[in-house]
Amino acid sequence: MQATDSAVRREITVNATPERAFFIFTEGFDTWWPRSHKVGPTDLAKAVIDPDRMQWYEVGVDGTTTDWGAILTYDPPNRVTLEWRIGGTWQCETDPALFSEVDVTFTPEGDATRVTLEHQHLDRHTAADALKGAVGSEGGWNGLLQRYSEAVD
Amino acid sequence: MTNGMDALGDPTRRAIFERLARGPTAVGEIAKDVPVSRPAVSQHLKVLKQAGLVTDRAEGTKRLYQLDPRGVGQLRDYFDAFWMQALTAFKEAVENPT
Repeated sequence: MQATDSAVRREITVNATPERAFFIFTEGFDTWWPRSHKVGPTDLAKAVIDPDRMQWYEVGVDGTTTDWGAILTYDPPNRVTLEWRIGGTWQCETDPALFSEVDVTFTPEGDATRVTLEHQHLDRHTAADALKGAVGSEGGWNGLLQRYSEAVD
Repeated sequence: MTNGMDALGDPTRRAIFERLARGPTAVGEIAKDVPVSRPAVSQHLKVLKQAGLVTDRAEGTKRLYQLDPRGVGQLRDYFDAFWMQALTAFKEAVENPT
């Protein structure tokens, strides 16, 4: 795990061209985004990265759209940068000073592509959100982290 | 010792806590942004300190309050684990289309 005080950085190498990797990340966003991670009040019908609107957002099963933030950079097949307006606990932030950023780059490595993701400016999110769940609650952050590490391992 | 969840159960304390997310702040400045008096703010800060959510330091004649950085560290750890899971799912979608 690499992290600075306010950012996380993760890399993964995929056996595909940058064009395909970029395509799946963006136009194929709904095919891989974890279904449980959404903001709106209903279940997730579709998660969308939309370069026409320059927004990324969810569509609920009730048809409502909830924006997750602007697309700041859209440069196929090299880079996409997303503004993260949904805070530390998947609730909408409205203060731009509290938005973070997710910067994704796609770098060819032989026949494969190295995808590097940096989630920056995490310190801007209300840390209260992080602690509300974490402190003393199994159903909160600590429980969630445990399930993630089990899923990853 | 006050429990952190109990400390944040009070909406005014949550507002003070969220105000501190913007950086170290003196009591007088916090009091401008919440609908309670300065003494009440001080009392809430005491509770937040006892719960380990907030720390303070002296700067000249002022006392500055700030969030305990371990809180932000937990947020970072959460996103680190989340993105690992999300990128693993992404790799699967790239390499094994259904």
